[in-house]
Amino acid sequence: MQYHKPENFEDAVAIAAQAQGLTRFLAGGTDVLVQLRADIAVPDTLVDVKGIGGVKDITRESDGGWRIGIAVSGAEMTEHPDLGRDWPGVVEATDLIGSTQIQGRATMTGNLCNGSPAADAVPAMVAVGMSVSVTGPDGTRRVPVEEIPAGPGRTSLAKGEMISALHIPPRGAAGGDAYLRFIPRTEMDIAVVGCAVNLRLDGDTVAEARVALGAVAPTVLLVADAADALVGTTLDDKALDALAEAASAACKPIDDKRGTVKFRTHVAGVLARRAAKIAYDRARSTRT
Amino acid sequence: MSKMHITTTVNGDDVEFLCDPRETLLDVLRDRLGLTGAKEGCGTGDCGACSVTLDGRLVCSCLVLGAEAEGKRIGTIEGMAKGEDLHPLQKKFIEHAALQCGICTPGILVATEALLKKNPDPSETEVRYWLAGNLCRCTGYDKIIRAVLETAADMREAS
Ligand SMILES: Cc1cc2nc3c(=O)[nH]c(=O)nc-3n(C[C@H](O)[C@H](O)[C@H](O)COP(=O)(O)OP(=O)(O)OC[C@H]3O[C@@H](n4cnc5c(N)ncnc54)[C@H](O)[C@@H]3O)c2cc1C
Ligand code: FES
Ligand code: FES
Repeated sequence: MQYHKPENFEDAVAIAAQAQGLTRFLAGGTDVLVQLRADIAVPDTLVDVKGIGGVKDITRESDGGWRIGIAVSGAEMTEHPDLGRDWPGVVEATDLIGSTQIQGRATMTGNLCNGSPAADAVPAMVAVGMSVSVTGPDGTRRVPVEEIPAGPGRTSLAKGEMISALHIPPRGAAGGDAYLRFIPRTEMDIAVVGCAVNLRLDGDTVAEARVALGAVAPTVLLVADAADALVGTTLDDKALDALAEAASAACKPIDDKRGTVKFRTHVAGVLARRAAKIAYDRARSTRT
Repeated sequence: MSKMHITTTVNGDDVEFLCDPRETLLDVLRDRLGLTGAKEGCGTGDCGACSVTLDGRLVCSCLVLGAEAEGKRIGTIEGMAKGEDLHPLQKKFIEHAALQCGICTPGILVATEALLKKNPDPSETEVRYWLAGNLCRCTGYDKIIRAVLETAADMREAS
């Protein structure tokens, strides 16, 4: 295994583009090192991204959106004074990843690119409409987060391509987001189901919504029917019933020791309801 | 495979070592630097026995490469006592018998020291969540939690 620590994206991409065999990028290493040590994925080339300028920065853009560096850890997001005010759902989802020790290292970028269907940050990223900058030998393009996962352990990134920044849109007025997961324990477990809801209000009425589910299909699901069930409502019981039904209907889960198909399908609806209520309350409390 | 030459600081001392790119910081500390306080319980980030600080941030040294230590500040359990003078947490752990076999203890001490630096007045729930990634198969945790809360109270009083 060759270890590289380039100082800019051009060099990082050039190394990855020319590399033979298995290439991995090293952000927090909490997936890469586990897989390396278990001989599941031993890279021939390991590109440590933490030497690249700006990768640890959390920056508010001029339009009110946020740019998150690819090596920003969960702990750094939680400690940021303003990010969690704008996007509590994104921060709480990332904060659920692992223990204090894991939080000191794990990144949203790694969570996304590891390609686990149960990744906790990913539904939250999708629900709030995040996008990523993908840099490759031919330059940089913007891609919506939901287009990155391609199946368990796989992404749509081509050889030599990497994520160079994460982008969160401006929060704007009267918006709220939330993420909930179900795990059999209270900490340190993999989501059996995860659900993120992001919405914007006009008065008490939901004007826009996005609902995303994790761990119930090979990749994260953006469920348009579930969002439609919320738009135009004041989140009354009828809307919540329709939301839960749409969320459950979208599930294509696996059956394993951690949750049966029936259980996961049901819990998706329950979590969607609860997350929607939290997002709604958050949106109302920020309304000016 | 050619070895990498790494320069870092461990508990304030300048340290240099050669390591294989695949070697973890935990392996380097134990096998190359003779600092065997950090333990390997799982090697997969689950147990916290290998806890150290990296530039002040609590991490699992089993999930850090030795190469990543370049230019960093590493803090291990060996740096906790000042000579013969035990850290208040260490004294309280002994007083409360907050350890039995002791395998988890270095990791838990490093983790709780990091907690008290960040939050000198944690609630019981905060201590328990902070230590969710530190497994102990002997004590049942309760004595550990009591020891941490009492140390925090003593340290607040003393400051
Ligand atoms: C004890 C433990 C508990 C965990 N608990 C959870 C949990 O509760 N929820 C959860 O979702 N996950 C959990 N995880 C998994 C892991 O911590 C997360 O997926 C984490 O977000 C990975 O981030 P990282 O920065 O450590 O990624 P790394 O391990 O550095 O990288 C992961 C993958 O992303 C790729 N990658 C990294 N950066 C880039 C880039 N810039 N461009 C392209 N590809 C890139 C790498 O090539 C690699 O394939 C846990 C892991 C451990 C060890
Ligand atoms: S040995 Fe590192 S967490 Fe268990
Ligand atoms: S004292 Fe034995 S594992 Fe904690």
